[in-house]
Parts: sequence; structure tokens; C-alpha cells
Amino acid sequence: MPSRVGRSPMPKQEPRERIRNFSEVALGYSEEDAIREASRCINCPKRPCVSGCPVEVDIPSFIGLIRDGRFAEAARKIKEKNSLPAICGRVCPQETQCEAQCTLGKKGEPVAIGALERFAADFERAHSGISLPGGLDTGGPHAGRSNMVGSCPGDGSGGLKVAVVGSGPAGLTCAADLAKMGYKVTIFESLHSAGGVLRYGIPEFRLPKAILEEEIAYVRALGVELRLNVLIGQTYSLDDLFRAGYKAIFLGTGAGLPHFLGIPGENLNGVYSANEFLTRANLMKAYLFPDYVTPIKVGRRVAVVGAGNVAMDAARVALRLGAEEVTIVYRRSRAEMPARREEVENAEEEGVRFALLTNPIRVLGDEKGWVTGLECIRMELGEPDESGRRRPVPIKGSEFIMGVDTMISAIGTDPNPLLPRLTPGLATGRHGNLVADPETGATSIPGVFAGGDIVTGSATVIAAMGAGKVAARGIDRYLRAGNAEK
Amino acid sequence: MYRIVRKEVLAPRIKSFLIEAPEIAAKAKPGHFVVVRLDEKGERIPLTIADYDAASGTIELVVQEVGRTTYQMGMLEAGQYIQDVVGPLGTPMHIEKVDCVVFVAGGLGVAPIYPKARRHYEIGSRVVSLIGAQNKDLLIMRDRMEKVSHEVRYSTDDGSFGHHGFVTELLKEMLDSGAKISEVVAVGPLVMMRAACRVTEPFGVKTIVSLNPIMVDGTGMCGSCRVTVGGETKFSCVDGPAFDGHKVDFGELIARQNRFLAEERLAMEHFTRGIAPEREECRCHQG
Ligand SMILES: Cc1cc2nc3c(=O)[nH]c(=O)nc-3n(C[C@H](O)[C@H](O)[C@H](O)COP(=O)(O)OP(=O)(O)OC[C@H]3O[C@@H](n4cnc5c(N)ncnc54)[C@H](O)[C@@H]3O)c2cc1C
Ligand SMILES: Cc1cc2nc3c(=O)[nH]c(=O)nc-3n(C[C@H](O)[C@H](O)[C@H](O)COP(=O)(O)OP(=O)(O)OC[C@H]3O[C@@H](n4cnc5c(N)ncnc54)[C@H](O)[C@@H]3O)c2cc1C
Ligand code: FES
Repeated sequence: MPSRVGRSPMPKQEPRERIRNFSEVALGYSEEDAIREASRCINCPKRPCVSGCPVEVDIPSFIGLIRDGRFAEAARKIKEKNSLPAICGRVCPQETQCEAQCTLGKKGEPVAIGALERFAADFERAHSGISLPGGLDTGGPHAGRSNMVGSCPGDGSGGLKVAVVGSGPAGLTCAADLAKMGYKVTIFESLHSAGGVLRYGIPEFRLPKAILEEEIAYVRALGVELRLNVLIGQTYSLDDLFRAGYKAIFLGTGAGLPHFLGIPGENLNGVYSANEFLTRANLMKAYLFPDYVTPIKVGRRVAVVGAGNVAMDAARVALRLGAEEVTIVYRRSRAEMPARREEVENAEEEGVRFALLTNPIRVLGDEKGWVTGLECIRMELGEPDESGRRRPVPIKGSEFIMGVDTMISAIGTDPNPLLPRLTPGLATGRHGNLVADPETGATSIPGVFAGGDIVTGSATVIAAMGAGKVAARGIDRYLRAGNAEK
Repeated sequence: MYRIVRKEVLAPRIKSFLIEAPEIAAKAKPGHFVVVRLDEKGERIPLTIADYDAASGTIELVVQEVGRTTYQMGMLEAGQYIQDVVGPLGTPMHIEKVDCVVFVAGGLGVAPIYPKARRHYEIGSRVVSLIGAQNKDLLIMRDRMEKVSHEVRYSTDDGSFGHHGFVTELLKEMLDSGAKISEVVAVGPLVMMRAACRVTEPFGVKTIVSLNPIMVDGTGMCGSCRVTVGGETKFSCVDGPAFDGHKVDFGELIARQNRFLAEERLAMEHFTRGIAPEREECRCHQG
């Protein structure tokens, strides 16, 4: 019985080795590993994994193809639903999605669906070139366009123009889908480089930028134009875009506004938002300083406040930049940590410490304005709060000082307020998020659609992609209904 | 890629660049800035839009060479390209006609002040400009400032031109003599802006300053540019860079300017030695 075979472990760089470089930690399955792991799938009739996938990848079919050694076909099978498998295979929280539903998981370990997805995508990249829609392997930059949907209003060379704002997973997916339907799509991105959080947030050792480059090349090969250094709201308003002939606009501007704790001392030198720290390291490649010019300073002892993926990334980057001791400071307990389990394990293996049930109350500094310590208070878990998690309450008199010279605040981000602020009539919700119809992505302004973190607040790559897909369909329907003439 | 149309040396280590950026030129207003990245390995630095012309599609940047990136920029010539320019960024200055506006410029502060003074002049405010620098050679853009001011006074630290002393002393003199000033706009080094605010505070004259904290994205995403204004944390790149100077915590900002001093020195040394490492190796453990 194949199901009794244990799950194939993901080969990884040794912790002691990997904290000295920025190369990818997980090395990926070999062909043998992949076939062995794929053979564990019992092909159960109910296919619960598929319903656990936000974009409904036909998981059992692609796993079957891997088992049969048909690796490139497996990749194409995934791409029918998910255009960024090499990325999702690496960063999706499979343990709470597809793998959480796997029948094998009820009694033992679920099939390693994420690792298999990654294997298939990597195999395709290494061997057969990136495939464009319709099963055409790369036969020139516009090969995929021959396979466009029949009678959409974007058909042919006179395709209608659609603008996509933001080049994160939501924008890239929406743009790719619209291009496949025959629209002429332009992505506007404010940074000098595309990818959104995949570029500036998630570090090289978790998602090599070469992979992101290839995925972006794929989207461009579909005919999508990419315009960098354009901040919509400032360089162009939404009205300017309509006037320039764009018939619909998708907003995928993400949740880029960093929160701070609001405690004294937060503007001392040595306090970073995780966004600043990670942007310096990832987007600006400060780990190659001074060859790359952007500086980053990491002290000897670093406290990272928060316990999500962002916190784990910041902690692991700090280690690689030479910090001697890095501690995650989190006010709840281990069970409530929102980060992916795998990333917590990776961080622990690398020597990151965890100060749980600990809440920072003040950053201490010297007379020159540099951080010297973090005053914290110990917490205990009380009654459940509105999130269903037990509320942490401070233990009186348990204050103590953690000697650190750097603090990174990774307690979350809010939707980027810039565009709503500069666009009258764009309705926002309680946290500054854009209000969009979940079925179509439509916002309060006709012809303007939105999806991803800007609507939901900070979520996941796959959810942002899903929202990009929904909006692409919503835009297509809107334009087919004759709204383009307006 | 953004082409440099014209380059001019305004003073030792101060250069003006006219850059082709039609989209930005069409939208620029006084107080806006851009973020520039010279090349693939470059850092992102903010520079004020000193002038703009929608018709010719150009913006002017005036740059003082103070470190690694500005030196490198100073070496660029007309016809060459800058890899990335994004903008216009920031909240433009709110400008309406007043009886008398006094501009106080320290050193390179003239560049950000020029478009604001011009706008005030155009709409009929009385414009008085007080311009200070270390010495005569460093007094830049005089012709232009004189064209858009009803009165201009100069000061130099070494006395080589105009008043011998700090430019804020000229401001104090004006106030002491009972001049009716509707508002003061002070731009220059942080210590100079702080001094200007201290001068005007007892007189209760509204004083706008334009802050220059260390920035990365310039779009409100990182918080590197945060400053405390009136007890609240603000992001200079979107909420500013202009703020009510009487509410700014200058001490904190001055400390924050020094966040990367050691690294900046290292970057400059690396640059002047002209060492181009053959391999891209990890430098993370070189302390
Ligand atoms: C450090 C970190 C680690 C993470 N790890 C994971 C993980 O392991 N797994 C996972 O599933 N999720 C993870 N996430 C969350 C995930 O990355 C996000 O949910 C996802 O990227 C959201 O996609 P998006 O397209 O909505 O926005 P973003 O990826 O934020 O992209 C938005 C883009 O829009 C651009 N933009 C913003 N405003 C404008 C404007 N006005 N004009 C032009 N361009 C604009 C921005 O520059 C940006 O490039 C992580 C997030 C972070 C920060
Ligand atoms: C809104 C704004 C407008 C500005 N306008 C102009 C202008 O029109 N002309 C001009 O010459 N300068 C201007 N500056 C300052 C200019 O950005 C810095 O002089 C430049 O970044 C220095 O870089 P460097 O590598 O040459 O020097 P470095 O040696 O790296 O730094 C010298 C000093 O410049 C400051 N600085 C360093 N990096 C940055 C950064 N990324 N962002 C901001 N400040 C930094 C620090 O105080 C540092 O100590 C402006 C700054 C801001 C915030
Ligand atoms: S420069 Fe990043 S938020 Fe202002």
C-alpha cells in the first residue's frame, strides 16, 4: 500500500551553512523523491484537496502525471488554474489549504502537495521552457495569443485597453488573464521593479528572484506591457487613465502601509518597520552592500516583534546579515503564531529565539538616539477575544528589559492609503481597504475594479491571485456589456 | 531610462540637471519631489523638483554632492541616462495669495524654494527672499530668485557677500523691525530650519519647513521617512515633505539623519577607490 510510505522530506541547506548565504533554503525534490511522494496519493474519489485550493487546481490529476513521470504535463495541468506555480509551490500555506484537506492527513501525514507543485514547475522551467496558454510551449513572445477566447470585445489587434495598477500577484494574475482574453493590458507599478511583495518582501532564500523574473517574463510574453516608476494617483490619476483610452482599471495596490506599535521610543535609530528592513534587503539588495549602494544596519542583538511570515522573514534576514542573536517577541503563545509552520521551523533550526507571551512596552535609547533595549511585560492567556484566540493579558509587575540594539516591527500592514486618498469617490472600509464586490471585483466607481490585499488587508499570495482572476472575469463581463463606449 | 538633456555647474559641487520626464513635468507642482535611482545597483534618493516645464517635458533637479550617490550623479553628463525617476511625489505646497511671504533659503534650500516663490509672485503675494550660504560661490540661482522676489537679501557665513552671518539673523532683523509677515517658508539644513522656527515662534508667525529625512520608496510603504510632528508620527514622503515647523521634533530628525553614517562613509570609500568586485559575493558577515 503506497499510503503507508512516509512523506518524503524536503531536502534543505544545512542551517549552519544557510545562515551565511541568501541562497534558497529548500532545495526541492529530485525526480525520485517526487515520484515516490506522488505515489502516496491514494486518488480518493472525493478529492477534498481541490476544494482546499483557493484556485481549484486539479491536484489529483497533476500528482498522477508526476507519478507517471510526465512532469511537463503535470506543470501544464497546474497552469490551467494557476499561472504562478513555481511561486505558489514555495510560499502557499498548503498546511492550512489543500494539504489540510488531504484524506491521508486524517491518519498520518498528508501528501506533500506544495513540494510536488514546486517540483513540476521547476522541472518545466529547467527543461521545456515556460508554456503559454493552450499548451503551446514557448514558440516566440506572442505564441499564446493564437489561442484567444472567441468573441470578446478585446479580440484582435484593436483589443480594448485595460490598465492594471500594481504588479503584485493580484495585478500579475489579472493582467495575464485579461491578455489571454485578448485585451491590451498595461501594468503600472510605482517601484522600479515588478512583483509587489514577492519582490520587496519575501526574501531570496525563500523565493529566488530568478523565478519571479521568469513569471514576469511569462506575463509579458502574453503581450502585457509593464510600465515601472509610475505612481497612480500622482503620475496619473484614474481619470487620466480613462482619458488615455483605458476602458477599465484594476487596482491591485496591496497592503503596503506598515503599522508601528505606538510605544515610546519607536523613532529611535535602530527601529525599523519590517517593510523598511525587508525592502532594503530584498528590493535594494543591501545584503550586497557596498557593491549595491543601499545601506542596511543590523546590530548584534535584534528583537523582531510579531510572529507572522513577515516576522520570520525579517528575523532570518537579520541572522544572515550577521546579527548574533535574534529573538521573536510575541504577545500570545506558540499555538497562535500566524506564520506558516514550515517557516517557524526553519527559523528555529537557524537559531532564532522565541520570547512568547511577551509584549514590548517601550524602546529604550541612549543620549545619541540609538536603541539600547526593549522593555517588555510578560503576558498570560485569558478569555477568547473576537478572533477566537485567547486574549493575552499583562502580568502585573513582570516588566523586564531585553538588551537589544535593533528592533524590527512586524505587527502587520494596512492597505496602502495613497490612491483612495487621491481619488475622490473611491469607497473604503474600516481599515482603509477598498470596498469591492467579491463576485466581480467592482468598486464604487464604474469601470474600476480591485482585488488582493488592498481589498482584504494583508492575506496570501494565492488569495490575491484568486481575486485577480475574479476581477479579470468581472472586467470582461463589464466590457462585453457594452460599457466601453461610455 | 530618463535622458539628461542639459547639465550645468551652478557652484562647486552643485549641479543642475534638466531631465526628460514628460509625465512628471505635466503633473509637477511646487513642493513635489522625485525619487531617483541612477543604475541597477543604485540606491533610491529623493530630490526636489526645482523647476518643470510641461511643454518641453522636462524637470530640473539641482544636486549637491554630499556622498556616494550624489557624487556619482555629478559625474553624469548631458546625453546620458538615469535608470529610474518616479514622481511627482509628496503633497504639493498649498499656495494662496498672502500679503507678505518670506522665503528663507539655506545653501541648497534655494532649489526647493524657487518654484514656490515663483508661484507666490505670480499670484500677487509680496515675496521677500533671504538667501544664505557658506560663501559667495555657493549662493546659487540668484538671477532666478531675483526675478520672482520683490526684495532679496543675502548672507554668507564668511562675509564674502551680503550680510556676514547666518541667514536666520536677517529673518530676526526683519521681525524685530516690525515687518508684517504673513508666513515664512524656510528650507535648508535641519539646524537652519530649526533656527528659523525658533526665530519666528515668539512672533507667532506661521513657518513652513520642508524636511529631508532618509527615504527609500517615497510612496508611504516603509516608514524610513517618519518624523514626529505635533506629537504624531508622520511619513514625510506622503504627508510632507512640508510641515508646520513649530510642531516638528527637530532633535529626533537630526538624530535619524545619522542612522547610516558609518555605512555612508564606507560606500563613499568603496566608490572613490573604484573597486568593482569581480564576483557578487555575500558581504553580510563583514560587519
Ligand atoms: C514579508 C512578507 C512575507 C509573506 N509571506 C507570505 C507567504 O509565505 N505566503 C503567502 O501566501 N503570503 C505571504 N505574504 C503575503 C502576500 O505576499 C500578500 O498577501 C500578496 O503579495 C498580496 O498581493 P497583492 O498583489 O494584493 O499586493 P502586493 O504584493 O502588495 O503588490 C502591490 C503592488 O502595487 C504597487 N503599488 C501600490 N500602490 C501603487 C500605485 N498607486 N501605483 C502603482 N503601483 C502601486 C506596489 O508597489 C506593489 O508592487 C507575505 C507578505 C510579506 C510582506
Ligand atoms: C524630500 C527631499 C528632497 C530633497 N531634495 C534635494 C535636492 O533637491 N537636492 C539635493 O542635493 N538633495 C536633496 N535632498 C537630500 C538628498 O536626498 C541627499 O543629499 C542624498 O540622498 C544623499 O545621498 P548620497 O549617497 O550622495 O550621500 P550619503 O553619504 O549617502 O548621505 C549624506 C546625507 O544625506 C542624507 N541621506 C542619505 N541617504 C538618503 C536618502 N536615501 N534619502 C534622503 N536623505 C538621505 C543623510 O542625512 C546622510 O547623512 C532631498 C531630500 C529629501 C528627503
Ligand atoms: S520613504 Fe518609505 S514611507 Fe516614506
